[in-house]
Amino acid sequence: MKLKQLESLLGNLQQFDNPKIELEQYPTGAHIASRMLYTAENSFGDVSDKVVADFGCGCGTLGLAATLLDADHVIGLDVDDESLEIASSNAEDLEVEMDLIQCEIKNLRWQGQIVDTVVMNPPFGTRNKGVDMEFLSVALKVASQAVYSLHKTTTREHIKRAALRDYNASSAEVICELRYDLPKLYKFHKKKDVDIAVDLWRFVPKPKHESSS
Amino acid sequence: MRLLTHNMLSSNIKGVINGFPLRIEAERVVVKQVDFNPDFLKNMFSKIDWKALADASKIMGYAELPDEVPDPSVLDSDEFLRKFHHALLELHLEEGALVCPETGRRFPVNKGIPNMLLHEDEV
Repeated sequence: MKLKQLESLLGNLQQFDNPKIELEQYPTGAHIASRMLYTAENSFGDVSDKVVADFGCGCGTLGLAATLLDADHVIGLDVDDESLEIASSNAEDLEVEMDLIQCEIKNLRWQGQIVDTVVMNPPFGTRNKGVDMEFLSVALKVASQAVYSLHKTTTREHIKRAALRDYNASSAEVICELRYDLPKLYKFHKKKDVDIAVDLWRFVPKPKHESSS
Repeated sequence: MRLLTHNMLSSNIKGVINGFPLRIEAERVVVKQVDFNPDFLKNMFSKIDWKALADASKIMGYAELPDEVPDPSVLDSDEFLRKFHHALLELHLEEGALVCPETGRRFPVNKGIPNMLLHEDEV
């Protein structure tokens, strides 16, 4: 599938009806999502024929992008049931399969090493401090191959240090810098659009030896 | 939810040691066909917990898998791979529950989505 085609399919997905500020629910735009998954597949081979998990999947954009790029099994996880229902209907519209689980990422307990790749657009942690790092920590435990994630560019040094020192990453690279174009979703957004610089990261977990995570 | 997902989910209640596999209560199972990919199945064979898959598929109404871990030579058999494919990727638990094997706590499954959220005293 071509990048343009992927972007246009993702552009038709339904997004949050009533975004919840406490969960920092911002839609992952089709532009960013398509580039993220397209790079994961075409530069690193981390998507097709793989098991992919989408952490904090919201309306499912990243996970659905993975199914469109021929991941063999995709699981979307989110704490919010309304988002999961939208993700489920988005999967139906695209005629693809994506399993969904309602849970808190920090409480997730997974058996074995079945997941190859985790993709995520975690909450940036501006409202709920540290939640972005919780996501990263769990993602690096679950994935056997790679973790793709978006983080604010202002947190770059912190992310790199924490990933390598505390979360068992063997490498942590910024693949590209993107502009996260947030439409005005919440009342506290004064300007019409908020443009935030974000990094697209690729983390590689250290090989695991235990049988459970 | 497909049985490949079930094969990795463990009860996440605080203090639980043997939270895997979650026991399935199946009220409604649906079958959705997907493309057959032998290479993916061969790769998954070494990663999954066979007993958990065989038991789960039986509860979901599909009793074609052997109870004990088969010898890897079965991966050369197209017939075996198709059964494995069906159990792993085509059976969906649509309505029912996942039950923690240690505490008996039920995690409901509605519209195919398991609710694994914990109560405050379970975290």
